[in-house]
Amino acid sequence: MSPQTKPAFRVGKTQLDLLEELTNANGVSGNETEIREIIRKKVAPYTDEIKVDAMGNLLVVKHAKSPNAFRVMLDAHMDEVGFMIVEEDGDGLYEFEQVGGGDERQFVSKSVTVGSEKMPGVIGSKPIHLAEAEEMHTVISQHGMRIDLGPAGKGKAKRGDFAAYATKFIRSGGAVFAKALDNRLGCATLIELLKTAPENIELLAAFTVQEEIGLRGAMVAAYDFYPQLAIAVDSTPAFDFERPDGSENTQYNCKLGGGPAIYIADRGTLSDPRLIRFLTRIAEDHGINYQYRQPGGGGTDAGALQLTRGGIPSVSVSVPGRYAHTAVMLARISDWQDTLNLLQHALAAITPEILSGDRA
Amino acid sequence: MENITPFLLSLLSKPGISGYEEPVSELIAEKWRLLVDELTITPLRSLHGLRKAAAKEKRPTLMIAAHMDAIGLMVKKVEHGFLSITTVGGIDPRMLPGQLVTVHGKKELPGLVQIMPDRLVNNQTSSKAPSKDQLFVDTGMSEKELAGLVKPGDLVSLGQPPFELTGGYIAGHSIDNRASVAALTIALQEIRNYNLDCNVVAAATSQEEVFAVGAATSAFSVRPDLAFAVDVTFAKGPGSTDYRTFPLGEGPAIGVGANNHPALTKKISVIAEELDIPYFLEAMPTSSGTDGMAMQITANGIPTQVLGMSLRYMHTSVEMASLKDIARVGRLLARFITELNPTSYAALFEEKTI
Repeated sequence: MSPQTKPAFRVGKTQLDLLEELTNANGVSGNETEIREIIRKKVAPYTDEIKVDAMGNLLVVKHAKSPNAFRVMLDAHMDEVGFMIVEEDGDGLYEFEQVGGGDERQFVSKSVTVGSEKMPGVIGSKPIHLAEAEEMHTVISQHGMRIDLGPAGKGKAKRGDFAAYATKFIRSGGAVFAKALDNRLGCATLIELLKTAPENIELLAAFTVQEEIGLRGAMVAAYDFYPQLAIAVDSTPAFDFERPDGSENTQYNCKLGGGPAIYIADRGTLSDPRLIRFLTRIAEDHGINYQYRQPGGGGTDAGALQLTRGGIPSVSVSVPGRYAHTAVMLARISDWQDTLNLLQHALAAITPEILSGDRA
Repeated sequence: MENITPFLLSLLSKPGISGYEEPVSELIAEKWRLLVDELTITPLRSLHGLRKAAAKEKRPTLMIAAHMDAIGLMVKKVEHGFLSITTVGGIDPRMLPGQLVTVHGKKELPGLVQIMPDRLVNNQTSSKAPSKDQLFVDTGMSEKELAGLVKPGDLVSLGQPPFELTGGYIAGHSIDNRASVAALTIALQEIRNYNLDCNVVAAATSQEEVFAVGAATSAFSVRPDLAFAVDVTFAKGPGSTDYRTFPLGEGPAIGVGANNHPALTKKISVIAEELDIPYFLEAMPTSSGTDGMAMQITANGIPTQVLGMSLRYMHTSVEMASLKDIARVGRLLARFITELNPTSYAALFEEKTI
């Protein structure tokens, strides 16, 4: 049994306030400005270089104390899934299209905000009283839905305006409910890690854009940073439910309460085994709760990071969550705290030597 | 006219699921206490506010009723830290995934209604419309934390907060029928400084969404000479365009058809014209689906009229109403009340309108 050390990080009011501010703000893929500005203000006192690249990524550097230090990149995408107004339909009603992957069964009966002015609106559905019996068994199609600003919203929104869910952050005991925990949890993690950056490494933090529509920001951010090692920090859907028929759920990704989920393989990445071993050892040495995400589908920015230039050893670490890509996500504070602790200890211990051995 | 929006927003923030109306009833009682002579609560928990006629002699009694209960959910079973649920009132299960709710267990807990992911449902390869038995509530608590806090039968109310939209509209759950409670309140405010020549009972009725038992018993205990059932109707909107729907914010809907006494239909229409309030006649070929159904056939019959405002997305958590239409319904009722006296009452039903 490894000695239980006092966790370096406690998620307290400061961290939860940060997460609340980040999740209540809007940053649908392609429109991440609001998130970027919040992060820029938060990290400015703790960093040596800040720039915004051509894609809108926020690239932050905290120098090592010595020259030619090991270049470690942390990545968290800023963007969230949402909607775009594509056509006005009269009477305050607007046709919309999805931005990022969503399940249309999740859209009905939600409140949204539209455009930079955050005009309040709703996505409603036909009253049950007017629905025919057979309709009740069919999925309501997105193409029949409208974003509704109310009759006085006529002409107020325009084609190309972004819309995001209007959900406000709620804390309940050890859990938080919020929109966009995927991936403001990752953003908040990077912000906290920058505050306590170790002196031994050149810490390269990328807050990236457009992950939800194809890992586009990460690709160019990694090119610019050209790190020797990269870690994508994200939130992964846990799928840790009891199956309705009572049989064992063997298809969960990870479990809430199980600590950070270390990726081994997903649709786009085979994590570098040396990094998996390193993170595992750090977790074991410090008595930090951790779990491996079940190998399978899904993907993170690591899929783009690893392919950069001649290739970059990469791994993903995710805070487990539920109901990703819907109006309200759920995560446990303890899992976030464990993730912060794992990564902080990892950064402090990281050396080029962890990559000196063979991959296998 | 006093701004009713803060009161309406507070009404919409209170639970009051059919049969369990106390939280909203208390809020209404607090508001009406200053506007009526007597407040009573019936055995089935409807709230009655009586404004008495100035004269001691017999005067006609008008009842204006609006149900205060709301649709909601109830816990069926607590299993593995999740709650399975059933519905109270007419809820389309297709609007439930992703709904924030409040679980009224030993303490109030925020929760989230969700549906089992397709990958965990046997033999399911494509997304199907959610049905009630696939839905569950997640409180974010572990099985251990949840133990003893929630039990079968506990209520679960919709929890998405209400909000104002641009230009005088409001959205949220339970606007059906708290909008009408607000309209009744406006009417009571409007008549506050009048000496009345009739008695008025404003009734916030219980359990409309299940069996209209509140309205039936309220009407029996009041035995009014005539009555208005105030309730919401359908606004035109996505997927809702037929004759049962009305443009939102362009005026109240006045029922016409068997559930409505023709003399009252005519009188309230005339008042609307006099006040320059636009309105729609709402064709109700057989029934109104409101408290008016129960009220009309109470005891030896009560001349009843259904009146209301249109609403988009009825029985969702994003119902949308026009504040202007709510005020218009309040003003129509106030004018009807101030014009009601023994003579006008007699004249109303002497006319050959049938």
